[in-house]
Parts: sequence; structure tokens; C-alpha cells
Amino acid sequence: MHNQALVPYLLLLGDSALVQGQRLCQWCGHAPAIEEELALMNVGLDLVGQARNWLEYAAELLDDGRDADALAFRRDERAYRNLLLVEQPNGDFAVTMTKQFLYDAWHLAVLQGLVESSDPRIAGIAAKAVKEVTYHLRRSSEWVQRLGDGTEESRQRMLAAIPALWRFTVELCAASDNEVQLANAGIGANPASVASAWLKQVSETFAAVELPLPKAASYFYLDGRKGLHTEHLGLLLAEMQFLPRAYPDATW
Amino acid sequence: MYAQLVETGVKRVKSLEEMSPEERNFQEKIDAEIKIEAKNWMPEAYRQTLIRQISQHAHSEIVGMLPEGNWVTRAPSLKRKLQLMAKIQDEAGHGLYLYSAMQTLGADRDEEIAKLHSGKAKYSSIFNYPTLSWADMGAVGWLVDGAAIVNQVVLQRTSYGPYSRAMIRICKEESFHQRQGYEMLLTMMRHGTQAQRDMVQDAINRLWWPSLMMFGPSDEHSPNSAQSMAWKIKRQTNDELRQRFIDQTVPQLELLGCTAPDPELKWNAERGHYDFGAIQWDEFYEVLKGNGPCNQERVATRRQAIDDGAWVREAAVAYARKQQNKSAA
Repeated sequence: MHNQALVPYLLLLGDSALVQGQRLCQWCGHAPAIEEELALMNVGLDLVGQARNWLEYAAELLDDGRDADALAFRRDERAYRNLLLVEQPNGDFAVTMTKQFLYDAWHLAVLQGLVESSDPRIAGIAAKAVKEVTYHLRRSSEWVQRLGDGTEESRQRMLAAIPALWRFTVELCAASDNEVQLANAGIGANPASVASAWLKQVSETFAAVELPLPKAASYFYLDGRKGLHTEHLGLLLAEMQFLPRAYPDATW
Repeated sequence: MYAQLVETGVKRVKSLEEMSPEERNFQEKIDAEIKIEAKNWMPEAYRQTLIRQISQHAHSEIVGMLPEGNWVTRAPSLKRKLQLMAKIQDEAGHGLYLYSAMQTLGADRDEEIAKLHSGKAKYSSIFNYPTLSWADMGAVGWLVDGAAIVNQVVLQRTSYGPYSRAMIRICKEESFHQRQGYEMLLTMMRHGTQAQRDMVQDAINRLWWPSLMMFGPSDEHSPNSAQSMAWKIKRQTNDELRQRFIDQTVPQLELLGCTAPDPELKWNAERGHYDFGAIQWDEFYEVLKGNGPCNQERVATRRQAIDDGAWVREAAVAYARKQQNKSAA
């Protein structure tokens, strides 16, 4: 019973980290400063590394002959389980940093819960990831504040970025039945705790620079947990999966 | 080599007798292998030559992220994606070390970067070639980083202390990525399909000569070398380094089971070196002048990144000032 609930959860974690990492790769060569080239690639590298760990575990539980690479590079968008937030286009630096921040705040809360998981494999992966994501959140929350209280232009861009992304945060405060079950079994992070920790972090960071906090996002048709994505994911995967799809027998 | 044509602005190397007491004192330090440090007196031409060379080297690290960034979103496995991301991150870090080393000479990073964007400052010609297949990532790691390492290993002994120390740090990371690049090619050649083996050979065919050009013009056409050698900024000539690179690379090429696109490449037992064919110097000078396959795109991308990011940098400065004022109040 656990495996059936666990695999979608591992895919939610792994796919989200992978898609966010892929978005950061798209910044390569385009960042506003060399320090940011380095930092964006650094964060992306952490996330793809974490994705690999989650997907390896998912592949073992699935036990159907696929490995982590097959899960990453041979699944279509309807089988991807990432948060809708992370598949959104990079936009300008304000959009990228707001997206990163909203994700990091969720991500850290989840990982902090998972460090305590009764599944030692999950606890182990989370213990490593939690250190990395603590850094990601520090960085992205600082950027939200710098841009929010920087120049008039940067503030205007933040004021545009937040509502553009906000509706996707409904997923950060939601949970599937599987996740509730996993939490009750002491395996997964508690969705209610994650939602409240997320909201606390976002409220405090926004309040510090007087960025208005929109009211809670409400449910809408799409749902990353069910593989119902925005139109952005298909293109992202087409680019990311091109080589393994074009050369199915190849060894890289 | 990441800085392949550096003007010294000096027509003829002076003898010790012709030098002023300061110049002579400086040259004697150089001759005694004492490192020059930021606060030491140095001839203005030495300072300017180093600024040109180190900035060219730094620009090369930054522009060099672009041909790899072209494939980072398309890397074919999680492992390869992670390796490439780590490599690009290191390159940004190398750029930062080098700009710092350059700043110890009194140059301004933003001003030097502006020269890159206006086409006034150069960067390595190699990054003006396109990356057209995944195999290029392996070939760039193996050949391009390989050529850079041959050059940089020698520069660890360059006379200017901050540059020399930057090279020591950079070489450690660079060697790691070079081995990874080679391993990527070896995997494709030994465990891959025929299509992958063809991809590797094609990448080598396209990148072989451009890699040899990284060492700069041949010695007879390298008017700035004599002064750079006398100042021990350069420790070996372009042709010496190019020969060393070829000698160490050909056995690796054979181990791959690939060939070089050079019918004249063969071992010369008498010289104890490989002989090789003539480099297309016309192409080299065209690329250096800005007429290579990707010069326009590379510079335009970098210029746009800095232009588009101006508001971000301004916001960071404005925020920092506000925070300072708050803590002062």
C-alpha cells in the first residue's frame, strides 16, 4: 500500500526539482551579473541532484525496468507530477526570483518534515537536501526583498510578478489523499504544517518590504499532481528529452 | 589558450643597460623569479599588457559558458546534465577569480566588460564556433579545456603573483572537467551506437583545428611574445605549447579510435614530436576580427544579458543603500 502512495509523492518531489532545475539552466549566459550566473547554476545543480535521488528511489519502487533517467527523459507531460509553479516560464528576473522563492519556501517546509520520515531512505535524501534548500531560500527571499524595496522599476516588476504566479500557489497548500495518508503513517511531511509554514514565510518576507500578500489562491482546473499541466511543460520536456528520444538505443 | 593575441605596445625589448633604475630593479626581480605583487612598482606597459591578457582570459571564461549553455537544457542523462552544470558554474567562478586578479592592477571590471561588448576587447577565438551536437560537449571538454590547461599550467609560473595564484586554483578544477569530457567521448565510442560514434568523429573534425588555433599565431608572427617572455608573463612560446598539446593529445585520439582531420599528422621519430599540417591562419584572423561563425551571437548575448539585467543591479544597489541608511539611523 505504501509504494502505491509513495511513488506519486516521490515524483512530485523529484519532478518539481527537475523542472525547476531545467528552468534555471535556461538562464545560462543571460543572468544580470556573473555572480548570478554562478548562483543560478549552483541552485539548479542542487535541484537536479535532488531530482536524481528522488527518481532513483521511485524507479526502485516501481521496479518495472525503468531507471531515474527513463523517468526523467521518457515520460510525457501527462505522466509528470511536478508543481505547476515551477514549469512557468522564467520571465524577467523578478518572475524567476518570485517563482524560486515561492517554491523554496514550500520545498524547505516539506524537507524539514521529511527529515523526520520513518522511511530511512527518504529521511536520508531530505537531510542532504534540506541544507541546500536552506541556502536557496535565503538567497531567493533576499532577492524578493531587494527587488521589492529596490528601485521604483524593480518594485513595479515585483508587483507584476506576484499576481502572475499566485494562482499556482494553490498547489503548495493542497494535498492529495495519498499525501495525507503518507503523513499519517509518519512517512511524508504533514501537508497542513507545510501550508502554514509556507504562508508564514511568504507573509513575513513580503511584509518586510511591504509587498502586498494576495488572498489565498483558489482551486482551478489544472493539477500537477494529476499530470494536468499548463501548456508550458510540453515544450520544456520536448527540449529536455530530445536526445534520449531521438537516439533510444544510445549510451551516454 | 584563453588569451591568444595580447598587445604589449612595446616594439623592442630593452636591454638592462637601457632601463631606468626602477625598470632595471623590476627586471632583476623578474629574472630572479620573484613574483610581482599588486603594490610593487611595475612598468606601465607591463601593467597594461597584464590587464589585457587577464581580462581576455576572464572574458573567455564568461563567453565560454555560452557554447555549453547551448546544450545544458538538452543533456541526455541526469549525470551528464549535472556534470555540465557543474562545469558551467566553475567557469563563472573562474571568470570571477580572473576579474579579481585583473582588478589588483587597477582596472575596473565593468569598464573591461564594456570593452568586450563593444568589440574592443577580445576573448578566445574558440568560443566563436557553434556547438552542433551533444558530442561537442565532450570534445570541448577534452580538446578546448585540454588546450587551456596546457597553457594555464605554464601560467601558474607567470611573474604576476595574483594571476599565477588564480591559475593554480583554476587548473585543479579544469583538469577534472577535461577528464570528464574525455570520458563522455570514450563512453560514446566504446558503448554507443554507430550514430554516436559518427557524432564524436564529426565533433573532432570541426573542433580540431580551432583548438590548435587557441595557442595563438605561430612564433614568427607573434610580435608581442618577446616582451611577454622577457617579463615572464608568458613562459613558453605559442608554438612550443601547441606542439606539447598535439603530442599529448594524439595518443588520446588513438585511444578513442578516432582520427584527426589532418592528413599530414604523423610521428617524427627524429624530432621526437608529431608533425602536423598547416593551420588556416586566414580563418584564425577572420575569427579574431569578429567574422567567425558565432562572434555576433556571442557578443550580442552577453551584451543583452548585461543590458537586460541593469534594473536588477540598480535595485540591488538601491536596496543596499537603504539598508545602510537604516542601520546608520
